[in-house]
Amino acid sequence: MGVTSVRLHPKNRVLGWVEDRLPWLSFVSAHTSGYYAPKNFNLWYYFGSLALIVLVNQILTGIFLTMFYKPNAAEAFASVEYIMRDVNWGWLIRYMHSTGASLFFVVVYLHMFRGLMYGSYKKPRELVWILGMLIFLALMAEAFMGYVLPWGNMSFWGAKVIISLFGAVPLIGDSLVEWIMGDYLPADATLNRFFALHVIALPLVLLLLVVLHIAALHEVGSNNPDGIEIKEKKKPDGTPLDGIAFHPYYTVKDLFGTGFFLLLAAFIIFYAPTFGGWFLEHDNFIPANNLATPEHIKPVWYFTPFYAMLRMIPAKLPGVIVMFLGIVLLFFVPWLDKGKVKSIRYRGLGYKIMLGLFAISFVMLGAVGAGVSAEKIPEWFGADADVTTIENLFGRFWLIVYFAFFVFLWVYTRFGFEKTKPVPDRVTTHA
Amino acid sequence: MANDAVVDKGRRRFLTATTAVVGGAGVVVAAIPFIKSWEPSAAAKSAGAPVEADIAKIEAGQKVTFAWRGLPVFVVNRTKPQLDTLPLVDSKLKDPKSENVDQQPKYAQNEYRSIKPEWLVVTGICTHLGCVPDYFPDLKPEPFDPQWKGGFFCPCHKSRYDMAGRVYDGVPAPANLAVPPYKFLDDTRILIGVNPEGAA
Repeated sequence: MGVTSVRLHPKNRVLGWVEDRLPWLSFVSAHTSGYYAPKNFNLWYYFGSLALIVLVNQILTGIFLTMFYKPNAAEAFASVEYIMRDVNWGWLIRYMHSTGASLFFVVVYLHMFRGLMYGSYKKPRELVWILGMLIFLALMAEAFMGYVLPWGNMSFWGAKVIISLFGAVPLIGDSLVEWIMGDYLPADATLNRFFALHVIALPLVLLLLVVLHIAALHEVGSNNPDGIEIKEKKKPDGTPLDGIAFHPYYTVKDLFGTGFFLLLAAFIIFYAPTFGGWFLEHDNFIPANNLATPEHIKPVWYFTPFYAMLRMIPAKLPGVIVMFLGIVLLFFVPWLDKGKVKSIRYRGLGYKIMLGLFAISFVMLGAVGAGVSAEKIPEWFGADADVTTIENLFGRFWLIVYFAFFVFLWVYTRFGFEKTKPVPDRVTTHA
Repeated sequence: MANDAVVDKGRRRFLTATTAVVGGAGVVVAAIPFIKSWEPSAAAKSAGAPVEADIAKIEAGQKVTFAWRGLPVFVVNRTKPQLDTLPLVDSKLKDPKSENVDQQPKYAQNEYRSIKPEWLVVTGICTHLGCVPDYFPDLKPEPFDPQWKGGFFCPCHKSRYDMAGRVYDGVPAPANLAVPPYKFLDDTRILIGVNPEGAA
């Protein structure tokens, strides 16, 4: 057990009366001052708590946005303008929500990369990883539907493209698409149901998954940058030698991280809320028009790597399959990786190189999906360069690198190619 | 309890299983209205009526978009040079002979994919993921294809179609642009959404 269970008996008569009937203080204390985390957490360990902070921000600002937003195709766009211009402080609440969405993905991607780096998905934390991946999926659905709500032209066409993905399902594809949209094109019915899913259904799912993610983590205990199980070496009192209580030590550390993070967030919210078209796209400041596709249609930055996977495959169904595979394979990483050493600090050179390439491929695919490469190719190869061919070569190269990581991971660890370094007995922090 | 010791486990399993099956069937049946509620409503269906398109003022080489069921329908008055490009690109296409019968009615399954050669009527929805392709009528090199012979180019995922809405090979779109049901009311009016008399 990562959590030491204690039964508190508060001196205060009221608290004591409640505690005897509902031991909530005991529960809170078991998961904070009673939860021992490794003492060598580094910067990478901020992103879990930051994700929680952003989730709270999204829920609070989201509740207030629903008080002014109209989930109706005729009124939605104008109601967002109303929030921005007429509602007192409405602009701030909306920018907190829209910036929060992008920052959510920033911290979640870094949080996931941390997991890959230090082997946090390995036994006994496979379920923590799977639950995390489910949170990622729910978050993508949540973000997509939220993006549709302002009913700008990019909302409309984004909805159209993403829903059309389901048309690739053999046999039932076309009726599935009609069923999701509730019309022959994204329309009022679509917007209305996406609103319901965005503000009620998916947040409930997300909250439940977050609770399970943390519960599973607290059962097995946190991993650390050395990838050592701290529970194997204990003090006489039964607490881990290399562990410190989450509260006050990590609550204070996370508070510092939160302060720094909020500083960055505030800068974006006040000075660059659209982030140059990356957080809020320019075409979405035009109302939805079902007869005119924006000239450069692309999703928000956090979907662009997966969007590039779709684009680089010259056929519909295979493209959709490859894109989903790009996400699904991550679920299987705990079983693809047969290596016993967790942390990148003690793993073979091959793993370090491939993980680095994997991260680079993700960024490069993101650039392709966002249209950055299409923009740069005429600059680099001359005005009459064949953009499509060059972009396909570039994108497909990184697509292969992305998937090669998973194949490599299995071959490298399954057939004993990895030369690991000895893992120390204790965490390597000097204190 | 009188007969604590004698628990008929088989009977208990049977009762548990039948309860679960009956309850499960109830849940499935109860789910139907909720699932059905997502299908296009009666209002959405009735909005899908045929649309009349006046083509008298469409000049040679010009494309005009009409809305039918909320979908853009392109009507193009193709010129002779444009029609002449069609056989030239056959070798670069996925389905040059329009063999995918889902993409056009029988009366438009010919080399021009239309009832009258010059009048092209296609749904302006890319068969990849539903974007509206742009019309690039000119026979001149374009950034996306140095040997461009005129046609449609989808801004979303770079799919290309020729002047008959036939898709090029090597692009994400799987099929030619769909030809909607349509008929000529007279020389200057088309009814979109209805087959000609006598046609399937």
